[in-house]
Amino acid sequence: MSPQTTPWIGAAAARVDGPVKVTGTAIYTGDVALPELAHAVLVQSTIAKGRITDMDIAAAETAPGVLAVCTSDGSLGIGRVASYYSADNGPMGDGRTPLSDAVIHHHGQHIAMVVAQTLEEAVAGAERIRTRYRHQSPLVRIEDAIPQTPPGREDIVRGDLTTGLAVADVTVEAYYETPPQHMNPMEPCTTTAHWVGDRLTVYDSTQYVSGVRDALASAFGVPPANVRVLSGFVGGGFGSKGTVWPHVLLAAAAARLVDRPVRLALTRPQMFTSCGTRPATRQRIVLGAHRDGRLTAIGHDGTSATSPGENVVESTGGLTSILYACPNVTIRQRIVRLDMQAPTFQRAPGRAPGSFALESALDELAHELRMDPVELRLRNHADADPSSGRPWSGKHLRECYRVGAERFGWDPADRTPGTRREGDVLIGTGMASATHEMDPGPAAAYAELRVDGTAVIGVASHDIGTGTYTVLGQIAADVLGLPPERIIVRLGDTDLPEAPPSIGSQTVAYVGPAIRRACEAVRDDLLAAAVADPESPLYRREIGAIEFGPRTYVAELARIGEPSVSAVGHHHPDANSRYAVHSFGAHFAEVAVDALTGTVRVRRMVGAFDVGRVINPRTARSQLLGGMTFGLAQALMEATVIDPRRGHVVEPHLAGYHLPVNADIGTLDVLFVGEPDPHISDLGARGAGEIGVVGAAAAIANAVFHATGVRVRTLPITPDRVVAGSAVGG
Amino acid sequence: MKVTFTVNGRPTEADDVWEGESLLYVLRERVGLPGSKNACEQGECGSCTVYLDGDPVCSCLVAAGQVQDREVGTVEGLAQGDTLDPVQQAFVDAGAVQCGFCTPGLLVQTHDLLNRAHHPSDAEIREALSGNLCRCTGYEKIMDAVRLAAARKADARDAAPTGLEG
Ligand code: FES
Ligand code: FES
Repeated sequence: MSPQTTPWIGAAAARVDGPVKVTGTAIYTGDVALPELAHAVLVQSTIAKGRITDMDIAAAETAPGVLAVCTSDGSLGIGRVASYYSADNGPMGDGRTPLSDAVIHHHGQHIAMVVAQTLEEAVAGAERIRTRYRHQSPLVRIEDAIPQTPPGREDIVRGDLTTGLAVADVTVEAYYETPPQHMNPMEPCTTTAHWVGDRLTVYDSTQYVSGVRDALASAFGVPPANVRVLSGFVGGGFGSKGTVWPHVLLAAAAARLVDRPVRLALTRPQMFTSCGTRPATRQRIVLGAHRDGRLTAIGHDGTSATSPGENVVESTGGLTSILYACPNVTIRQRIVRLDMQAPTFQRAPGRAPGSFALESALDELAHELRMDPVELRLRNHADADPSSGRPWSGKHLRECYRVGAERFGWDPADRTPGTRREGDVLIGTGMASATHEMDPGPAAAYAELRVDGTAVIGVASHDIGTGTYTVLGQIAADVLGLPPERIIVRLGDTDLPEAPPSIGSQTVAYVGPAIRRACEAVRDDLLAAAVADPESPLYRREIGAIEFGPRTYVAELARIGEPSVSAVGHHHPDANSRYAVHSFGAHFAEVAVDALTGTVRVRRMVGAFDVGRVINPRTARSQLLGGMTFGLAQALMEATVIDPRRGHVVEPHLAGYHLPVNADIGTLDVLFVGEPDPHISDLGARGAGEIGVVGAAAAIANAVFHATGVRVRTLPITPDRVVAGSAVGG
Repeated sequence: MKVTFTVNGRPTEADDVWEGESLLYVLRERVGLPGSKNACEQGECGSCTVYLDGDPVCSCLVAAGQVQDREVGTVEGLAQGDTLDPVQQAFVDAGAVQCGFCTPGLLVQTHDLLNRAHHPSDAEIREALSGNLCRCTGYEKIMDAVRLAAARKADARDAAPTGLEG
């Protein structure tokens, strides 16, 4: 807490970037206009496995406007960059060097690049390339591959599963399947690169400017200080822009080759093979419980797909180890290697598919026990972190259930499936728990007080639609005693102090405290000098008793004749914290299922969340609503269909890959339940970016069961799956 | 070819336009109006929505040549000088903007809706805006924004002296 309380923390401030975004003047990467800008276009493999045997580029090279054609011969001189997943924890999402050899690992692999004066000329040039392949049969289906233990991963075992099942009065065992999904932020990934000598400037739509800088520096053999990466506005990421992908290196290579600035924008179809995917999963859950609902055993086996070269694990069992108190738990995580691009973390990685399975299984258990599913969860509430024994930094999950149920109008007595009908539709309600943790990244930040009564704060973090500009400004306002409109927030620039990637629900939780430290430092440095200076009117005053605000700073800066003073602050999350840090929540959903067609519509959802202190209820609410909609999409619509023989994405576009449109959404409601978390930081805020997704799909699936008596264990819950399981449609 | 048309009321000329170019491309790359966004380039997302002779269209699906002698209106033309259009203001006030990439297209589409329907029902709003994908918001606050804009425009009409209704 600041010594002086201000109204800015907790204020539902409007977004500071609203005006530029509604006038079309916010500059995204693809809007950056540079003189002499050339355009690069990527050619992608039309097979999923094999080799390029011949590529005819003569017609492309002579096409109008074409400046360069690059093939997979390694001549671009791109150095190796460590992969995020498989080696050295580098920033790359796919550790293979792009355009370096003729081996095809997946459909849609970049195999050539055409650089031209205009985008249209580059596209026309690319269309003239003819490629021949030696084709091999790709491995596409999880079922056809042999599961492996991911390197460095051990099974999580507590107690003894067999014993736990033996003492159970009731057991439930079920298999769940989730499909690959694509993040599909509305802004396709775009990179604009510009070399001047051995200095590189890159505009990139990224969730991680520092990672892009480091990747480019090692790929091109220049010091990181020679590379500046800018990302002022990002049109959504959801994980697809969280690691560095090959096209970023290619854009920089193209700019070096033609010695001009080059823009490379992925097309929407290319977004399906160029920047990761949430991999498909197969999960088995076994639960054992006493008659009174207390869990005696939880087994969770998850298998997820990865690429030939990367050990990406979709950790479906991660939340299973902490969500419920249970003495006997076994969690096994396996991967299978398929001929696909490296997958990556999509919003709520592991937990989105994992919670679908676990929270569906809990519902199956509640049904077996004839118990209210809310009551079942309360009886298994984990009062401390079951995986480590540590106390929670803060946890108000019980209140989430209670407040959410109350707002929703949850009826514990009405749990018999298939009993509520309104005309042609069957009505059902379902619920699920939610939890998410935060990646604890260290962050530094900058703060400057200026003689004109304004302040500047800066950090190499990002606003990917999350509200970072607004929220960090509020945090600074609180410390400095300046109104937020006097605070200029700078983000998305590697010239600013380094911050972690904008992934893993960590920005407000851990970058926020770094902003506090920087603001305190600049404020206290200025005031400490003042109270020690006999010339200052503040001489010998106590700092805490001085009014923090523009009058004080302006007078003192004017007196000492400085236009501004600045300081850098750091925050290091405590890696050995005595506390386990998680956000929690509960979802409640009501569905209407067409009795004839099996079409599911979510009429309304209520989510109650404990995310610690809410800095800005307006932007936090938006994050959670958007997360719940992500979960709704996961439940009912989203699936990337891969051709089982040829291994290509069957419909790589937004007509075929169904995202919810406005008319698909019923009423969504978000409630904040938590209190400031006393142990995560002195800001007390935990992450809110991903938890809205977790459990949402299960709540909907459970509601579908309640409506129809049909348990759909494969996502998405399309009408055919509802009809196939039931009397519905008869 | 050369294309002559009006953008946001201003006569505009684009030279050396290739026949295959879209209106979106001309606006973004030749006219210096990058407000309209390219998120799919095939008519699936609505991020590129602009007015063409007063009707909202996906500018990625309009060939540049088709706009010869016609009037185009983009997100950049919605505000009157520094005064935001009520639709823009409502999107800011309701928190309907997150990453902002869908916003330009949504604003034009909403602007058109509220010109046609003064008191749209929720179902009408959802239907009218269902060609505009948004991956961030979950649409809840977009609904709030449209309701707010409709209410403010109604208030403004009530306050306006009769005969001046637009
Ligand atoms: S860019 Fe035109 S509809 Fe998507
Ligand atoms: S605000 Fe990001 S897509 Fe709509």
